[in-house]
Amino acid sequence: MKHNLILRVVSKFLIPLIILFALYVQFHGDFGPGGGFQAGVIFSAAIILYALVFGLDVAEKIIPLKLLKILSAIGVLLYAGVGVATQFLGGNYLEYGVLGSTQVAGQHLGILLVELGVGITVASVMLIIFFAFAGRGRP
Amino acid sequence: MIDIIINVTLLAFLAITAVAIVRMNNLFAIIMLFGIFSLLSAGLFVVMDAADVAFTEAAVGAGISTVLMLATLALTKDHKEKRPLGHRPWLPLAVVIVTGAALVYGTIDIPRFGDPTAPQQTHVAPYYIEKSMPDTGVPNMVTAVLASYRGFDTLGETVVVFTAGIAVLLLIGGRRSKKNSEKPDVKEDDET
Repeated sequence: MKHNLILRVVSKFLIPLIILFALYVQFHGDFGPGGGFQAGVIFSAAIILYALVFGLDVAEKIIPLKLLKILSAIGVLLYAGVGVATQFLGGNYLEYGVLGSTQVAGQHLGILLVELGVGITVASVMLIIFFAFAGRGRP
Repeated sequence: MIDIIINVTLLAFLAITAVAIVRMNNLFAIIMLFGIFSLLSAGLFVVMDAADVAFTEAAVGAGISTVLMLATLALTKDHKEKRPLGHRPWLPLAVVIVTGAALVYGTIDIPRFGDPTAPQQTHVAPYYIEKSMPDTGVPNMVTAVLASYRGFDTLGETVVVFTAGIAVLLLIGGRRSKKNSEKPDVKEDDET
């Protein structure tokens, strides 16, 4: 699809908006619909659109596979790490209340971090799967 | 009233899409219809006020999985579904009819949609509705349940996604093209 001018121009315009929307869904998930999983999938959809229109090699230059492998682990570690942190602060595993000065503040911080972990893992794993499948077809 | 019209329209389109998927044997068209099917389901979820689920269905079902199936299709040589010769579909048809009838029979006992006395509304749901705001301060109850009350489950789900990524990398992640095997790179080999 490298020679399709309309597709190239329109996707160049759309991709920043999709990424912005993914970030909105990620950080606004406490108030509106959405959360880490949806945000991760939307973010990876933006990169996949870029890879489909401009080619897999260019997309892999932006987000190398090596980085994705690390990021997918970081997301899970962030989630599990929040649990360990709450244990160190004297609470149960994943008891967010102890993270902040008040119960509600702690819950807010904990949910934000946990959703961020989910988002990072989901986005990078979706891209890993896509790159693995699409990279298979290359000569 | 408007809900009923939208529901009937969406369900009719769902049924048409499903029949079209069964009747077709061009795999490319079938994959695109799968995407449409997911989008229609997402619309149904929106009508049922399940915005979070609709979000996921639209992004994963209509977006990512369609792309992944297209990528898989690009790897296969034949884009047509092969129908076995002398295939008699009577036994599968009978099985499907009996199973479908049993499921329809099962729906008779299911409480009406949104029934406040239904078992799922009387178990833990009232607790979440009353306590999620003072407990967590998060207006979106779905997020509060998902990340806080059911934090362990969500951790497990994240690990499942991570495991899926590892499995794909192990199975088809290493690129073994001719270029690589001719010039063996020690660093690359260590990584894989």
